[in-house]
Amino acid sequence: MGRKVLVLGEVRDGSLRNVSFEAVAAAKTVAEGGEVVGVLLGENVSSLGSELVAYGADRVVAVDSDKLAQYTTDGYSQALMAVIGQENPEGLILGHTALGKDLAPKIASKLGSGLISDATSVEEAGGNLVFTRPIYSGKAFEKKVVTDGIVFATVRPNNIAPLEKDGSRSGDVSTLAVDVKDLRTVIKEVVRKATEGVDLSEAKVVIAGGRGVKSEEGFEPLKELADVLGGAVGASRGACDAEYCDYSLQIGQTGKVVTPDLYIACGISGAIQHLAGMSNSKIIVAINKDPEANIFKVADYGIVGDLFEVVPMLTEEFKKLKVNA
Amino acid sequence: MNIYVLMKRTFDTEEKIAISGGKINEEGAEFIINPYDEYAIEEAIQVRDANGGEVTVISVGNEEGEKQLRTALAMGADKAVLINIEDDVEDGDQYTTAKILAEYLKDKEADLILAGNVAIDGGSGQVGPRVADALDMAYVTTITNLEINGSTATVTRDVEGDSEVIETSLPLLVTAQQGLNEPRYPSLPGIMKAKKKPLEELELDDLDLEEDDVEAKTKTIEIYLPPQKEAGRVLEGELADQVKELVNLLHSEAKVV
Repeated sequence: MGRKVLVLGEVRDGSLRNVSFEAVAAAKTVAEGGEVVGVLLGENVSSLGSELVAYGADRVVAVDSDKLAQYTTDGYSQALMAVIGQENPEGLILGHTALGKDLAPKIASKLGSGLISDATSVEEAGGNLVFTRPIYSGKAFEKKVVTDGIVFATVRPNNIAPLEKDGSRSGDVSTLAVDVKDLRTVIKEVVRKATEGVDLSEAKVVIAGGRGVKSEEGFEPLKELADVLGGAVGASRGACDAEYCDYSLQIGQTGKVVTPDLYIACGISGAIQHLAGMSNSKIIVAINKDPEANIFKVADYGIVGDLFEVVPMLTEEFKKLKVNA
Repeated sequence: MNIYVLMKRTFDTEEKIAISGGKINEEGAEFIINPYDEYAIEEAIQVRDANGGEVTVISVGNEEGEKQLRTALAMGADKAVLINIEDDVEDGDQYTTAKILAEYLKDKEADLILAGNVAIDGGSGQVGPRVADALDMAYVTTITNLEINGSTATVTRDVEGDSEVIETSLPLLVTAQQGLNEPRYPSLPGIMKAKKKPLEELELDDLDLEEDDVEAKTKTIEIYLPPQKEAGRVLEGELADQVKELVNLLHSEAKVV
């Protein structure tokens, strides 16, 4: 058997996002020996095809168009539907990113198909492809299968291991011309307010602050620690409600759900809504003045102390570690 | 303006999740309006107050949903519609819900449809975009600002922390992100008025849909709780030593840095 599976390579600032390599690995599982075809949409993106191949795609179809320079729902759905029309796949995998969340349901609607969103794993079990995904923001999990139509899923960043990069792999990179038109939404302006560098949902290390951070300036030591570890800064709802930081940093049942390798909670009490957003992180460190704080119940390691003392010390220690490494 | 809001009844965020008989145990649980849908309802009311028109809140579910619809009416929505699928659909998915909503909306000539960007229970975020596509309507997801000027709309969209300012025109579907507004609490007069506002209850038959038309494309085969995380180690000693030990543990034992 074996299926032909399309996988979208998501391009940001001229390079492929990690989640796309993870998506290729998921597509390989879904293909069950069939062909994995990478798809690139954008302006001058076909040159990235060889990298998708190096991560496991058998070949790549690129749609290069100046109308795809920025993501729009209409533009990208027209281009992806054109590739689907040409390739007639039995599987389709996207990253569960802002782009994937916006685009995938539209494609599913056009195909009249199901869609398994935000999968954290996929495996073949008993003749079925079984996807696992968190529900109730990670308070529970469900296993899902497709019962009708193509196998279509979005995969959560940071959960499925990418295949090892192999630069010696070769695969055809072809282009498909698509007349992208009638875009109903026009992007007038993009305001970059995210902290430079790593995206919260893809970060391997997250340093999160709660009410204990006390002010907007109180986030500075957390940012410094995040910089040293190449991580991102997040926050609890308490910190966002108190306007210490932007809502885009909120982690929890409302807000983002993150699963980094290392989560350092600073001055966060650990309300159930917050735990839902981070308790599936691999390693959790809690720093809190209150030894009874709920956060210690889910933490692998805890330090009872003032975050304004502990966090700068941690930053220094990690700096030393980097120098010695 | 003819404004619709798609609303889901969900578990209260305070609730712990328990499983019995392979399903989420709903017994005794508190239910609320999905928090993201609450932003959508608030925005709909504000748009109506500025531009005139009517807000109708629709929910697909069972008769229990009436309570949350009454809350939406008490906030200030004008009408509510409950599409009760309890007797017809056993295991629906997002395809099912979107198909039903689109069928209801197809001849309503909506100018603006609002929904939450995701429900905090299922967490798929599919229904809004699917409904918009089925109605051949443009959509913008995860919005944090909406300005309507005649038939044009200027929308701010949250994209992983960046903001896109998007221009588009009505009819339009948008999905709400946190930060869009501050949802109001229903006032006492609002609650009294809500009791008399129209709440229509429909079933699949009323929409000329058969069970087969809305049959799910995916199936849940198992629901389980994540393994209980054991409380870890709280370090002791001088703070400086604790910090050194922690860095060492993260590097050598946990191997995450």
